[in-house]
Amino acid sequence: MSLLSIKGMHAGYGARNVLHDISLDVEERQIQVVLGANGAGKTTLLRAISGTIARQGSVEFNGARVDQLSARKIVAAGIAHVPQGRGTFADLTVDENIRLGAYLRTAAEARQDRERWLTFFPRLRERLSQQAGSLSGGEQQMLAITRALMLRPRLLLLDEPSLGLAPIITQGLFKTLAAIRQEAGMTMLIVEQSANLALEVADSGVVLESGQIVLRDSAQNLAGNDEVRRIYLGYE
Amino acid sequence: MTLFASQIVDGLADGAIYASLALALVFSYRSTGIVNFAQGEMAMLSAYLVWQLMAWGLPLVPAALISIAISFVAGALLYATIVKPLSHASLLTVVSVLIGLYLALNSLAGFLWSYTIKALPSLFPKAHVQFGSFAVSVETLGIIGVVGLVLLLLYLLFETTKVGLAMRGAASTPDSAVLVGVSVPVMLLIGWGIAAALGALSGILVAPKVFLNPTMMFGVIIYAFAAATLGGFDSVVGAVVGGLLVGVVENLVGTYIPWIGPDLKIIVALILIFGTLLIKPDGLFGRKKVVRL
Amino acid sequence: MSVVVKPKLPASVRIAVAAAIAVVFLYIIPFAIPSYLVSQFATVVVFAVAIVGINLVTGFGGAITLGHAAFVALGAYTTAILVVRYGWNPYATIPVSAALSWIAGWCLGFPALRLQGLYLALGTLVLSITVPPVLKRFDAFTGGVQGLNVGNPEAPAFLPLDDSQWIYFVCLAIAAVLYIVARRILSGPLRRALVASRDNQLVAAVMGVDRATVTTATFAMSSLYAGVAGSLYAMIVGFVSPDTFNVMMSLSLFVGAVVGGITSLNGAIVGAMFIQFVPIWASDIDVSLGGLVFGCALIVTLVVIPAGIGGIGEQFFIWLCARLGWVEGAAAKRSRTDALGGVRNEPA
Repeated sequence: MSLLSIKGMHAGYGARNVLHDISLDVEERQIQVVLGANGAGKTTLLRAISGTIARQGSVEFNGARVDQLSARKIVAAGIAHVPQGRGTFADLTVDENIRLGAYLRTAAEARQDRERWLTFFPRLRERLSQQAGSLSGGEQQMLAITRALMLRPRLLLLDEPSLGLAPIITQGLFKTLAAIRQEAGMTMLIVEQSANLALEVADSGVVLESGQIVLRDSAQNLAGNDEVRRIYLGYE
Repeated sequence: MTLFASQIVDGLADGAIYASLALALVFSYRSTGIVNFAQGEMAMLSAYLVWQLMAWGLPLVPAALISIAISFVAGALLYATIVKPLSHASLLTVVSVLIGLYLALNSLAGFLWSYTIKALPSLFPKAHVQFGSFAVSVETLGIIGVVGLVLLLLYLLFETTKVGLAMRGAASTPDSAVLVGVSVPVMLLIGWGIAAALGALSGILVAPKVFLNPTMMFGVIIYAFAAATLGGFDSVVGAVVGGLLVGVVENLVGTYIPWIGPDLKIIVALILIFGTLLIKPDGLFGRKKVVRL
Repeated sequence: MSVVVKPKLPASVRIAVAAAIAVVFLYIIPFAIPSYLVSQFATVVVFAVAIVGINLVTGFGGAITLGHAAFVALGAYTTAILVVRYGWNPYATIPVSAALSWIAGWCLGFPALRLQGLYLALGTLVLSITVPPVLKRFDAFTGGVQGLNVGNPEAPAFLPLDDSQWIYFVCLAIAAVLYIVARRILSGPLRRALVASRDNQLVAAVMGVDRATVTTATFAMSSLYAGVAGSLYAMIVGFVSPDTFNVMMSLSLFVGAVVGGITSLNGAIVGAMFIQFVPIWASDIDVSLGGLVFGCALIVTLVVIPAGIGGIGEQFFIWLCARLGWVEGAAAKRSRTDALGGVRNEPA
């Protein structure tokens, strides 16, 4: 059984519908990537899953319906959302950001997890008492991911983690994500523009176009698909 | 020299009162971006509530504590019933509603307790403590002590507890707070409750000095506005430092600049507010705001 | 978007409406009602002038001011001091008041309007609170707490009018001129510049509208209105004292502007009547009732009829004209926000 199973989902902003009849399954311990042009509805898809916008259709997570739950309940159910633009608490220190990530958990669990995730992001450990707003873009992204991991989620939603980052930083970030999946068995759904890097670490992917899924395949096949290569990878 | 020292100490005591009301303004501003124009009137009602509870036979201290607790609830209710529904309203609507509330609460006090002044006893005995050559009243020391204690408690709440951390997160970046499972409305509700409780404290501390009457918070709220503006409307530290500064400056100016004198002290507030807004609009401790058009 | 029709009345109807308005203002109010009410209506007209000033700066300029009584005080005291200390003719002081308050508005508006909306509201409120103590402090000039006795101007002997009817007509004439000026301001290009910078600063800037200059000019203009209102007020009452121009007067004017309709110039007279008569009636019942009614009226107006009484009246008028077919050939399209007005909250 899939960890996340979406059937016939519609979502949008007010009267404007962005997603039309989306069905998508994400298997446990897999990394699935969502490709698509600007405005295809990738961010909307993640928001609809995490309950931060209105949506219709069925979303099953871990065998239970979550499409009627509020964003907060969905977080509690084990879906962590790293929003586009990172959304770190700029006024709080790095350490406070991380602690706030564990808001729904006990202090003891938080301490233990904090140590675990900081081993993946040693840069953050050096900056624990620094204000999050003063971090570089890459460090903020690491912080946002760490904060999301502190929830001890079953599923991690990542919205354009590479946005605004230098290619070398993005490369390191995806390596770390792959390592986290390897060691912690984390399931991830990643929206990404840097398709080539994302497909390297992903198991499977879908292509969104105008709010509909037009292609789904394994990451390997997608990376070899001429159409995908032409549009999203920049090869001719 | 003795006069100077005692003016400073008195200024700190006044400043402590301004600081607690300025903090109230800062808490509501930080959480919801609204300057609560009715904050002073709410504090005035809290002070009247103490008087009423005492008239019903309660001793002062329990009456004050009950009033502060009720004020907390009232502040939370204000948020839930009026402020939250207005979260997407225009600035004009928000300001108008708060001004309306200010007028209504002011009249309500006059209606319930009449416009004749009443005496509220001080929390502290009428005595003096001798420090070498000059004496400080127990009330002055007591006010500084009580506000200091409350500040310490607030510091502990925000720096060491999970709820405090969540409140800071909710005020700073509400969208992300939701994503870590924080209930933002609840945090803002608590923020407005704390603001009202702090306001109540300032009202209860100032009432024995100025006597209870519906316009008693007029002078105080102006200095609190000045303190919050000076410190930066979104800075907790700024409100405290600003409050103390305003208190000391106000006392010194009233004593040493005869041209201004005690009658025109209020102009200090005006000058501080306009001066700050012109020279450093974000205040001494405020965050620089990046305006996104 | 909604289709807004531009009313065009047949000549006969237009004459009838004008005649009805003339009868009310030129006959019924000055001659057909008890004499003590006439000077109260003079005050209403004066308040309406000050409220039109608030309409300009808050309704169209988008800058919330809670301190207009400060400018009313400036105008009133200019008249009082020139008359009492220098023996001027009271009417001659009106242009001086206008000029002084315009300059004061410019000086104050220049820094204040660079500030965010909330700070301006705060600054003007504090300014208003500071006015009475300042007036009391400089008592050698202002007469301090005792105030100054300006005296009521007398009606010219050749006219069959008593003093209150005379001052009413003086106020009405000046108010009419200022009303027409405001209308003209708001029908020209300045209206578009104002509304554009109120609703979207970026778009306005791109279109070449400098928001600070436009709003500062509007603020100065609205201060002029308040200053002239102050001069007239001093003549009606015949007396000025510091506590008249307290923060309550500022807030009353604000209440009048909102209740009448913040973007409705015609509503100004309704708002002025509201703030003139409601406290008088209310205080017959209980002294505290006036403030309670004001506060509640402010909140209820914004919740129930955000356009204010005047705004609703204008909408009804347009609807009526449309029903009767009294419209211009081409139906003009105009955005609803422009018709309703409203100060936008800037995103934090």
